[in-house]
Amino acid sequence: MNATMNADATAPAVKPILSLEHVHKRFVKSLDAAERVANLFGAGLQDQVVRAVDDVTLDIAPGEVVGLVGESGCGKSTLGRIIAGILDPSDGLVRFEGADVAKMNGADRRKADLAVQMIFQDPAASLNPRMRVVEIIGEAPVVHGLIAAEEMDAYVCGLMEKVGLDPATRRRYPHQFSGGQRARINIARALAVQPRVLVCDESTAALDVSIQAQVLNLFLELRRELNLTYVFVSHDLGVIEHIADRVAVMYLGRIVELAKTDEIFEAPNHPYTQALLEEVPRLEAKKRAFTALKGEIPSPLRPPPGCHFHPRCPHVFARCSVDRPGLKPIAESRLSACHLNDETAARPGRTRSAETVSMEAAQG
Amino acid sequence: MTTPVLDVRDLQVTFSTREGLVTAVDGVSFRVDAGEVMGLVGESGSGKSVTGLAVLGLIDPPGRIAAGSIKVKATELVGQSEKALQKVRGKDVAMIFQDPMTTLNPVLRIDTQMIEAIRAHEQVSEKAARERARDALAKVGIPSPEERLNAYPNQFSGGMRQRVAIATALLNRPAVLVADEPTTALDVTIQAQILSEVQALCAETGTALVWITHDLSVIAGLADKVAVMYAGRVVEEGPVADVLERPIHPYTAGLIGSVPSRNKRGVPLAQIPGMTPQLSKLPPGCPFAPRCGYSTDPCRTIRPERTPYPGGRAARCHNPLDVPPNTPKADAARELTP
Amino acid sequence: MTDLTPHAAARPVAGPAAGMPQSAGRPGEAAGASDKGVPPPAPDKGESLLRRHVSSFFESWSAIIGLVLLVASVAAALLAPWFAPQDPYDLANLSIMDNMLPPGEIFGMGQTAYLGTDDQGRDMLSAILYGLRVSLTVGASSVLIAAVIGASLGVLAAYAGGRVESFVMRVVDLQLSFPAILVALVLLAVFGRGVDKVVIALVVVQWAYYARTVRGSALVEKRREYIEAARCLALPRRRIVFRHLLPNCIPPLIVVATVQIANAIALESTLSFLGVGVPVTEPSLGMLIANGYGYLLSGNYWISTFPGVALVIVIVAINLVGDRLRDVLNPRLAK
Ligand SMILES: Nc1ncnc2c1ncn2[C@@H]1O[C@H](COP(=O)(O)OP(=O)(O)OP(=O)(O)O)[C@@H](O)[C@H]1O
Ligand SMILES: Nc1ncnc2c1ncn2[C@@H]1O[C@H](COP(=O)(O)OP(=O)(O)O)[C@@H](O)[C@H]1O
Ligand code: SF4
Ligand code: SF4
Ligand SMILES: [Mg+2]
Ligand SMILES: [Mg+2]
Repeated sequence: MNATMNADATAPAVKPILSLEHVHKRFVKSLDAAERVANLFGAGLQDQVVRAVDDVTLDIAPGEVVGLVGESGCGKSTLGRIIAGILDPSDGLVRFEGADVAKMNGADRRKADLAVQMIFQDPAASLNPRMRVVEIIGEAPVVHGLIAAEEMDAYVCGLMEKVGLDPATRRRYPHQFSGGQRARINIARALAVQPRVLVCDESTAALDVSIQAQVLNLFLELRRELNLTYVFVSHDLGVIEHIADRVAVMYLGRIVELAKTDEIFEAPNHPYTQALLEEVPRLEAKKRAFTALKGEIPSPLRPPPGCHFHPRCPHVFARCSVDRPGLKPIAESRLSACHLNDETAARPGRTRSAETVSMEAAQG
Repeated sequence: MTTPVLDVRDLQVTFSTREGLVTAVDGVSFRVDAGEVMGLVGESGSGKSVTGLAVLGLIDPPGRIAAGSIKVKATELVGQSEKALQKVRGKDVAMIFQDPMTTLNPVLRIDTQMIEAIRAHEQVSEKAARERARDALAKVGIPSPEERLNAYPNQFSGGMRQRVAIATALLNRPAVLVADEPTTALDVTIQAQILSEVQALCAETGTALVWITHDLSVIAGLADKVAVMYAGRVVEEGPVADVLERPIHPYTAGLIGSVPSRNKRGVPLAQIPGMTPQLSKLPPGCPFAPRCGYSTDPCRTIRPERTPYPGGRAARCHNPLDVPPNTPKADAARELTP
Repeated sequence: MTDLTPHAAARPVAGPAAGMPQSAGRPGEAAGASDKGVPPPAPDKGESLLRRHVSSFFESWSAIIGLVLLVASVAAALLAPWFAPQDPYDLANLSIMDNMLPPGEIFGMGQTAYLGTDDQGRDMLSAILYGLRVSLTVGASSVLIAAVIGASLGVLAAYAGGRVESFVMRVVDLQLSFPAILVALVLLAVFGRGVDKVVIALVVVQWAYYARTVRGSALVEKRREYIEAARCLALPRRRIVFRHLLPNCIPPLIVVATVQIANAIALESTLSFLGVGVPVTEPSLGMLIANGYGYLLSGNYWISTFPGVALVIVIVAINLVGDRLRDVLNPRLAK
C-alpha cells in the first residue's frame, strides 16, 4: 500500500488527493532592538515562538468534506493556509496526489497551487476594492493561460451564473454588492482556475443565517456538480455537522480527535470534544442552565506541558501534565489523543455524558 | 396583572439619511417581567440594536425616537432630558455590547471604572465600592479578582473583557439589562461560560434581560420568550419553545430552516431566497413579500397588522402558517400554500 | 413534538417544494440563462471608488473653496504670460521711473499697478503671477519626483521584507532625523542657486516621507485577504505588487503628497528668502517677499505683503483640499 495512506487511519481507503505528514508551523517573533539592548544587561529575553500547527498528519480523500473545528487561535486557519499553499510548513510534508509539493518543479507546483483554492472569512476584505468583478474573477485564468483574453468576458459570465450572480453586474466593483454576493464572487474567483479542492476558512461566518444557508447550499451543489473536495474550517459546530463527512478537532495546534462526523457527534471520545459539543447552543434545546467548561484558552506562546488540555480537563490525572498524548486509533478509523484511552484496555464506547467518563476515570 | 419591569409600546425610531427618512424601528412593542429573559432575534439591519439603544436612551442624531413609549418600572423614559436619562442609565437599565471596549475605557484601570460606576449612583465609601467591584468580578468567574482590579482592560482576553463589562453593567443591580450580541465574537466554550454566568446573575437579582442575537440556537437555550424582527418590525413573538416548534410567520419558519445541523446533513437547507431589504426601499405591503413563499395578493398591498394568537403569541402575517392551538400543522400550512 | 428540526425540514415551509421559484434562491439571478454561444448580457455600469470619492469630496464647503482657490491660482500661474500686465523678467519693459509706486498708480504705458510696483519698477501683480509659476512648478515637480522614488522604495521594502526593508528604512530614519531646512540649506550651499537645484534639494528632503507612508500602508494591505487570494491564485509576484498592492497604497500617498506640495512651496520660499533658493532672475514668491522685506518698515508695505498674501492663499487652499482628501480617502483617520 501507498506509504502515505497509513499515516491517517481515518481517511477513506483511496489514494488521497492531499496529505499532510507531520506538518509544523512556527511563527517566530524575534526580539526588537529595545529587547536586545535589555538582553545586554542580562534580561535573558528569548525569541517568542508560537507553535500554530504542531505535528499534524491528515489525509484528504478526493470528494470528501473534512471539517476543522476548534477555538480561536488553535491554528485552524494556519493549517488551512498550509493546505492551500499560501503558507509553507516549517517542518513536514504536504503531498498533492502523492508528490511532495516542496520538491515540485515550477510548472507542477503551479498546477498543484491552482488545484487547491481558498475561500476566505471576510467576503469584503478578500476582494481587491480597486478591481471590477470581471477582472477579479477573470484575471487568474487569463494569466495562467487557461483561457484567452478575449474569452474572459464570456467565461466570467458563465461562472457568475454558476454561483448565482447576475452577469450583468460584472463591471461593478466589490463595494456595490451585499455580503452574500461578495461571498459568491469569492467562490467564482476560486472556481475560475478549475480547482479540485476548496479550503473554506470560516467562509460563511460573516453572513446572516438566511444568507449562510444559501451559500452552504451552493457549496453542496458545487460539490455534486464538480466533484470538489472541501476542507471546511469553522468554529460553528452546526455548520460542520451539516456539511462535513469527517471532522478534525484541534486544540492549541494539535489535532486531538479525528473521526467521521456522525461518530464524533454521537460519541465524542476526547474530553475537549465532549466539552465543545456540550456547549453548542442548539435549536432543539429547551431553556436550560448553561454549564461551562472552566478556564480560558491558554496562550499559544506558553502552551501547557504534556496534554495541552490538562488545565481545563475534568478528567486530568498525573500523567497528563507530563506526557504528550499521541493521536492513536481508538476504534476503526477513529483517532483520539487522550491518555484515558490507555488506562482501560478495552473501553466501552463513550457517551456525551461527562459523568460516565469521570466514573471510568475514577475506576481506572 | 403586575406591571412589567420593561414596557415598550409602539416604539418608532427614525434616522434621517442621504436617502431620506428611514424608519429603523417601526411599531415595536414588548414587555419583560422581573427575572424574565426575552430574546430579540433578527438578521443584520433588522433593527435589534437600535431597539436596544432606544431603551437606554442612546439614540443620537441623525436618529430620534419618533413615537412610542418606553417604561422602566412604570417610569416613562421617552422625552426625558439627557440628565434624567443619565440617572437611570447604569442604575435602572444597563447595556452590554458585542465589543466590550464600547463601555470600558482603555486608559483607566478596572477598579477606577467600576468604583466610579457605583459611586455615580450611590453614596458609598471608596472602600465599600471596591469590595463590591471585587465581588462582582468574582461572580462573573474572573480568577484572583483582587489582583485583576488593578489591571487595564487590554490586559484581559476578549472573553474576560466581556465578563468585566458584564460585571460593571450589573454593579448597581439594574432592573433591566440589554445585551447586544455580547457572545457573538467569542468561542463556544467562552460563550457558554458567559451565558451561564449571566443566566445565574439575572435569576439571582431578578433583572429583566433582553438578549439581542442573530443566533436562534442561543435563544433556544436561554430565553423565556422571543421576538423576531424583520425590517424594523416584530413579525412574531411568543414563548420560545412554541415559536421555535410551531412558527406562525413564514420568516420565522425560514430562519429555523436555515440553521444548519446534523439532521439535515448533505441535504440543502431550506433557504430564504433573496436578500434582506433596504429600509429605504421597503415594498408597500408586507416587507417580507418579495422573499415569501406564501405571499398572496393582499401581501403586496396591505401591511399586515399585529394579530394576537392564543398562548401569548402574536404575528404580523396575512397567511399565518400554524395557528395554535390544535390545528394539524402540516395540513394547515399546505392549505395556505398557494 | 420534541424534536423540532426534522419536522421543520419536512414541513413544506421554505423549501423549494413550497412553490418558491427554484432560482429565487440566488440574489440577482440572471433573467435569461445565457448558454455558450449566446453573447453575454450587456453589463451595467459599475460605480468605482473614485467616483464615490469625488462625490463625497464635494460634500464639504471648505474643500470646494480650497479647490476653487487652488484651481484659480494654478490657472493664473499657467496663463500669466497672456494676461499679466507686464513681463517682469524682460528688463526692457522695466522703467526705474516706475519704482515703488503704491497700489493703484499708473505705470509704463498707462496701465494701472493694482498692487503697486517694486524698487525696480516691476508691476507687483505681474511679479506675483510669475512668482506663483515658479513656486508651483518647484513644489509640484519636487513632490512628483519624490513621490515616485519614495513610493517605489516603500512598496519594495514592504513586499521584500528582510534586509532590503531594514536597509531602506534605516536610510529613511536617518533622512528624517535631520531637519529638512538644514539639509536643504547644506545642499544648496554646495550646489549653488538654481530652480533645478532647489528641486533636487526638495526631492532629497522629501522622498523619505513617501517611502515611509507607502511602506506603512503596504504592510497593512499586504496582510489583507485579497493579497493572500492573489497568492493563492499563483499570480506572478510583479503582478501582485503592481496591480494589487500598489494601487491600494495610493490614497494615503495622495493625501501626503497634497500637503507636501504646500510644505515644499513654503520651504522653497524660505530658502529663497534666505537667499539660497531660486536665482534673482526667476523670482519665486519667497524671493519677492525677501526683496520687499527691506522696505516694509519704510512704509512701502505692498512689495512684501502681497506676495505673502498670495503665498498664504495657495498654501491654505492646498491644505483645505488635502484635509478633505484625507477624510474622503481614509475615513478612519477623520476626526
Ligand atoms: N503571521 C503570524 N505571525 C505570528 N503569529 C501568528 C501568525 N498567524 C497566526 N499566528 C498565531 O498562530 C496561532 C493560530 O492562529 P490561526 O489563525 O491559525 O488560529 P484559528 O484557529 O484560525 O483562529 P480563529 O478562529 O480566531 O481564526 C494564533 O496564536 C495566532 O496568533
Ligand atoms: N446612525 C445611524 N444612521 C443611519 N441609519 C442607522 C444608524 N444606526 C442604525 N441605522 C439603520 O437602522 C437599521 C437597524 O440597525 P440595527 O438596529 O443596528 O440592526 P441590527 O438588527 O443588526 O442590530 C439599519 O438599517 C441601519 O442601517
Ligand atoms: S490526556 Fe489527560 S488532560 Fe488530556 S484530555 Fe486526556 S485526560 Fe484530559
Ligand atoms: S403577509 Fe404575506 S408575504 Fe408577508 S409573511 Fe405573511 S404570507 Fe408572507
Ligand atoms: Mg480562523
Ligand atoms: Mg485566524
